[in-house]
Amino acid sequence: MNAIEVTALGKSFAGQWVVRDLSLSIRRGEIFAFLGPNGSGKTTTMRMLSGLLTPDAGQGVCLGLDLVRDRQALRERIGYVSQHFSLYEDLTVRENLDFVLRIHGKTRGDWEKSVQRFDLQPFVNRLAGQLSGGWKQRLALACALIHRPDVLLLDEPTSGIDPEARRFFWRVIQEEVSSGCTVMISTHYLDEVQQYCDRLAYLMQGRLLVMGTVDEIISASGLVAIQILRAGFEVAKKAEYQPGVEHVAQTTSGVLLTGRDLERLEVCAERIAQGLPAEAVAPRLEEVFLHLARSGERRRA
Amino acid sequence: MRPLSLAGMRRLLAMIAKEFIQMRRDRLTFAMMLGIPVIQLTLFGFAINTDPKHLSTAIVIHEPSAWSRTILDAVARTGYFDFLDKPVSHEQADLLLRRGEVQFVIEFPDQFSKKLVRGEHPSLLVIADATDPVTIGNALTSLAAMPKQLTGRLPGRADAPFSIIIHRRYNPEGITQYNIVPALMGVILTMTMVLVTSVAITREHERGTMEYLLVTPVRPIEVMVGKLVPYILVGYLQVALVLLAAIFLFHVPIRGSVGLVLLLMLPFIAANLAMGITFSTMARNQMQAMQMSFFFFLPSILLSGFMFPFRGMPDWAQWLGEGLPLTHFLRIVRGVLLKQAQASEVLVELWPILIFFLLAMAVAVIRYRRTLD
Repeated sequence: MNAIEVTALGKSFAGQWVVRDLSLSIRRGEIFAFLGPNGSGKTTTMRMLSGLLTPDAGQGVCLGLDLVRDRQALRERIGYVSQHFSLYEDLTVRENLDFVLRIHGKTRGDWEKSVQRFDLQPFVNRLAGQLSGGWKQRLALACALIHRPDVLLLDEPTSGIDPEARRFFWRVIQEEVSSGCTVMISTHYLDEVQQYCDRLAYLMQGRLLVMGTVDEIISASGLVAIQILRAGFEVAKKAEYQPGVEHVAQTTSGVLLTGRDLERLEVCAERIAQGLPAEAVAPRLEEVFLHLARSGERRRA
Repeated sequence: MRPLSLAGMRRLLAMIAKEFIQMRRDRLTFAMMLGIPVIQLTLFGFAINTDPKHLSTAIVIHEPSAWSRTILDAVARTGYFDFLDKPVSHEQADLLLRRGEVQFVIEFPDQFSKKLVRGEHPSLLVIADATDPVTIGNALTSLAAMPKQLTGRLPGRADAPFSIIIHRRYNPEGITQYNIVPALMGVILTMTMVLVTSVAITREHERGTMEYLLVTPVRPIEVMVGKLVPYILVGYLQVALVLLAAIFLFHVPIRGSVGLVLLLMLPFIAANLAMGITFSTMARNQMQAMQMSFFFFLPSILLSGFMFPFRGMPDWAQWLGEGLPLTHFLRIVRGVLLKQAQASEVLVELWPILIFFLLAMAVAVIRYRRTLD
């Protein structure tokens, strides 16, 4: 059964469609990643799903509740962490948690569990505005989860926070999913998507370009890749204008060439590698998305 | 000061151009900057009059006669006094005065005309509501010379056929503070309550906290009332401060029930808070909200009878003033504290405040956006 199901969803601002014709379904208990460049409509979509914005077109249900008609009931069952810290900076951690706790009619026990789970004890009397970015997001997640929501909507929650905080964040998300929560997360970190997410959707200029598992999307792109080991900037520069090479990326292992034809990539690699070893590797999501974005732009043009 | 270099001039022009662009974008602020002189010109130019005329006056007379009519004609001709249609009893006159429905009572004592004919030099009693000494000052001055002016047109002594005794009721010493200090409660509440709540919701939007609030199950009415209640308590604290100052610092004679004023204050505070919340739902930022508050505060101060005599304003300004909660609250607070008015006598002033509160609250709840649209 799907936790979220939307059909032909659309939203416009000042006559400009920011999201159009978006149809997607998210299964119960999965971690669903929402990807796309800045301004692609990720935040707008998440806001529509959380009841913060009213769709101008299409319809959708979340947990069997209509996104517009059943907004009030929906608010009891979803948790939301926005892109920017949206709790009260002039309240302490304790006061913020108390506020959320009372709104949801939870008990003191829930407060203690939450403080313990998110290691917030040393900061309970500190103003939220004085916390570092990572701790702010920790508090935001604690508040979003305090009422044990069935769906958790996270809008770029790991942006600008350190690796340890990110790891903690994902551990909590996985714990929630294991207890039946459905998570939809928008992010720019493709490594997180590959590591933690079950499925993903890629949005471009408000339209859905692709949806599926990482493997499905890579395979559907028809891209192949070759890694020239230990190659440097000079090799990468030469590779940019070689026939058959669509994307060139400098990685920690060398230079990664991505294209549609493996044979042509091999020929190219031999030509420019200057004797360095090369091997076929799986294409990365980053190149797949760049490829999808360019294809989308070409189609529209 | 160093002269402006070419580069300095360029930077200055860049700053000026940027300010113009921002001013153009914020049309409400721009409109208000033009609106403030228009409003001030209208209010100060047309509405406010420190020498009020046509002040409502009750007549107490037992034996009307040609002589009493001559005196009343002369009084009316001064332009300061507008008589009620019918004479009233002494008790009715007292009530009208206490309610603030008349500013003066002119009382002809028993056998006034007979004494006049007999040349006994009778006295005419003029009772003035002196809570606002400014309002009655010129009117009373115009009466002073009247007995002499009527010599020859009335029987009796040649120098002055009768005399006028003036009772300045409620504020016999004519101390302005007695009128102003109790009324300050209303003014302070209007100023602070509207201003503080006007930024309540815009602040949530500006700080981004509204995004969180809107995804919680909190309902609009809960947000509104939740934001109002703490300020009601603050309002009472302010009132306590003013009352203490009135009693111990300015020695204002508190004649009526302080408890009654505190009770009737609740709807007044609520009305102002509701107005502030309504502004808060309309403004796009805190700056706009504060400007809106100022637009409410300015007519409240000028048209409520706080600074300038209410009865001295033209009808249109009095109509506007009647729509403001402060006008009615001032009548309540001055009526109860200075004139010892009872609850039944001031309740008539409560309804406009309650209606204002309900209307403002309804607008606020309707305008409160449940989404970020």
